[in-house]
Amino acid sequence: MAIELKMPALSPTMEEGTLAKWLVKEGDSVKSGDILAEIETDKATMEFEAIDEGTIGQILVAEGTDNVKVGTVIATIAGEGEEASSSPVRTEPVEAPSLPSTPPEEKTGPSTSSGQTEERVEKPAATERASDPAIPAGTAMVKLTVREALRDAMAEEMRADDRVFVMGEEVAEYQGAYKVTQGLLDEFGARRVIDTPITEYGFAGLGAGAAMGGLKPVIEFMTFNFAMQAIDHIINSAAKTNYMSGGQMRCPIVFRGPNGAASRVGAQHSQNFAPWYASVPGLIVISPYDAADAKGLMKAAIRSEDPVVFLENELLYGRSFDVPDLPDHVLPIGKARIMREGSDVTIVSYSIGVGLALEAADSLAGEGIDAEVIDLRTLRPLDTATVLASLKKTNHLVVVEEGWPICSIASELAMVAMEQGFDDLDAPVVRVCNEDVPLPYAANLEKAALVDTPRVIAAVKAVLNRG
Amino acid sequence: MPETDRRPASNLQPLSLHIPEPRYRPGDTPDFGDIVVPAVDATPRPGEATKPDAMRDLCYGLVRVLDFDGQAKGQWDPKLSPERLRTMLRYMMLVRAFDDRMFRAQRQGKTSFYMKCTGEEATSVASTMALDRGDMCFPSYRQQGILIARDYPLIQMMNQIYSNRGDHLLGRQLPIMYSAPEHGFFSVSGNLATQYPQAVGWAMASASKGDSRIATVWCGEGSSAEGDFHSALTFATVYNAPVIFNVVNNQWAISSFSGFAGGERTTFAARAVGYGIAGLRVDGNDPLAVYAATQWAADRARTNSGPTLIEHFTYRSEGHSTSDDPSAYRPADEASAWPFGDPIVRLRQHLETLGEWDGERHEAQRAELEDLVKTTQKQSEKLGILGHGMHQPFETMFQDVFEDMPWHLKEQCAQMLAEQEAKFGPDWKPE
Repeated sequence: MAIELKMPALSPTMEEGTLAKWLVKEGDSVKSGDILAEIETDKATMEFEAIDEGTIGQILVAEGTDNVKVGTVIATIAGEGEEASSSPVRTEPVEAPSLPSTPPEEKTGPSTSSGQTEERVEKPAATERASDPAIPAGTAMVKLTVREALRDAMAEEMRADDRVFVMGEEVAEYQGAYKVTQGLLDEFGARRVIDTPITEYGFAGLGAGAAMGGLKPVIEFMTFNFAMQAIDHIINSAAKTNYMSGGQMRCPIVFRGPNGAASRVGAQHSQNFAPWYASVPGLIVISPYDAADAKGLMKAAIRSEDPVVFLENELLYGRSFDVPDLPDHVLPIGKARIMREGSDVTIVSYSIGVGLALEAADSLAGEGIDAEVIDLRTLRPLDTATVLASLKKTNHLVVVEEGWPICSIASELAMVAMEQGFDDLDAPVVRVCNEDVPLPYAANLEKAALVDTPRVIAAVKAVLNRG
Repeated sequence: MPETDRRPASNLQPLSLHIPEPRYRPGDTPDFGDIVVPAVDATPRPGEATKPDAMRDLCYGLVRVLDFDGQAKGQWDPKLSPERLRTMLRYMMLVRAFDDRMFRAQRQGKTSFYMKCTGEEATSVASTMALDRGDMCFPSYRQQGILIARDYPLIQMMNQIYSNRGDHLLGRQLPIMYSAPEHGFFSVSGNLATQYPQAVGWAMASASKGDSRIATVWCGEGSSAEGDFHSALTFATVYNAPVIFNVVNNQWAISSFSGFAGGERTTFAARAVGYGIAGLRVDGNDPLAVYAATQWAADRARTNSGPTLIEHFTYRSEGHSTSDDPSAYRPADEASAWPFGDPIVRLRQHLETLGEWDGERHEAQRAELEDLVKTTQKQSEKLGILGHGMHQPFETMFQDVFEDMPWHLKEQCAQMLAEQEAKFGPDWKPE
């Protein structure tokens, strides 16, 4: 039987990569440990080795192909005594022969489940989202990843204002641990793109001091898990500067970095701190879903005179969305966005949960349920007016949050709905959150612990009593 | 708001900052000729009870035992028996064989992540061998040599890396984040330097109970910048805690060179001076020097003479982890230009010089250890590899969050199991 070689995950967070180079060709015999291909991830170029012995049957993904999803079959190996070229045809008579001639950009592994999930998540955002009233009608769009959008936002603000600088671990020479600061060192130099010693406590404090001294720091935490030791500066210094100085001083600083669960990085690296920061007076907390919001809100965050905690999501960095092709795309802080209009139920979320909500809404539409999806975008100040207006229309509220349920944004919204929208509620508010446990590493447990689309669908049906 | 473009009214020179930059980048020819390598017998060995202020020079010198011809010399020579030296060599070779195999397993997609310690084997193996088995080690993430030197079962390490059915951490932790308290190996933490104050706390608890066990802890030179490092040293000096601090200065913290932690200004051992504790700077590629320094520090701690900070001067020969590609930020041949060689080669050479080892035995041992690792790997893979099947039953996810499972987790668990049964039937089990 032919052995399928699948695109490997060469780092815990890799979802796709570039098949840079094949080091073997069809018909070559290989043994365990031979290097088969060079694969580029967002972090590095790595060599992919053979596990099994045999002959390379067909190479199904050509070298130079970008965005190959993890799990895509990239080649086959025929075991001993098999005809190398015929085996894939035998196992997959219809699909296999046509694959090698497929143009690279379409070769995203149509038969893999991970590829499908990925596409389903992106599709509603790209095609069906309601237009953002903050963007002029008829604005041309460009496709950008969230990673590029964040970088562009920082670069534009750095060009416009010499006071803006970026500081953090590995942000300069290495271009950021997740490559969000790509190209910034080249353009702005070491005075404004600063690699730091490994001490979040130290550079968060330094950033607060520089902000009080009149600069506009953008502080990158490699992940917000590591910001835990810096939280004193964020909460006890940055958030209270204006208030404690009797309004004389400001701390215009942005603390940014990935937040929430990534993939298989375990309990200490997979946590959503949004509700923590959102509970603190004096802080602005932003947590965007798509690239347009990431860009527009990052620019607004840098311009803000208030300290901003800007919570990104590692799994969203590589996803592409339409971004307005405007010279200065800035969005208002504190405004939620209706991502999809609907009349039966309101699904509210933020960050990666918005993708799940949109996917659920798509699926529910097929069953005659018309869901409205709201992306909060800013968590403090919270745009309760948009949520309450939607609730008035749909009379049902479900909150989706990739995070723990207790003392969450979801529980806050449930309280808002009860206090200010009680008469509009036809059913109790339901929250769809992660399991109330530290996030396990093992793939099956991790999957079981995190929110997903089926859970959102089930919750909506329960709220509408349409089991 | 303050105006930043305001210039001083006087004609004083404007202030400026220094941005550290490593001397060599990809394409450059590295030359470490200016690194001072003191003679093997140049560094005196003070008594274990010596007051820190009488031994400050040791923070700026280099404890060495093996010269580059394989001879052991000087006051620091621990004079280990040939049998003990062979054991040390074997452990280091096993670490390397294990690293090579598991790195390749990651490249074959069998696990998501791995970290090698190539070139740094002595800093954990020789150090651990100088301790008592009951002493508690607080590792960073590159100290697999501790487990190997304490004869921890290889298969348990592999099961953890594969997160398979045999993983006694139940699929909850990242690969290589071992936890083996019964082997005196505290759980690896993914957050840097958190182990430092915890090791001091453990050591103080040991003293408070009147126990005789000491604690020892590792971090990299990069994470010596963390606040935790400095808090730990403060507490250790205030309470004279029985603890050994190891800073493995392998020159690189991912792509940030040691200059970003202050290495351009002084040594890492010299951090001890400001805190008033003993400091030793050691050739980290010389297993006998590492052993001797650790033994000195352990004796000191065990006799209530105080804590010691040991800087292991070494070089990270490979990438930071399987997610890193060092050719992007440093010359590919920098490791081979490192003036202190390779710890395994140096110990082998010493044993051969003594007439206690030869090329044939070395090759045979290398093959035997590679075989051992391979065989163990096969056994481990029978219990599963990452991403193939459901190795951990669902209910394990809710266990150990608290001592007693609270009612809401019991409910969640029951609900999940009911869904599982509805989907797959009552007899379904994870493969």
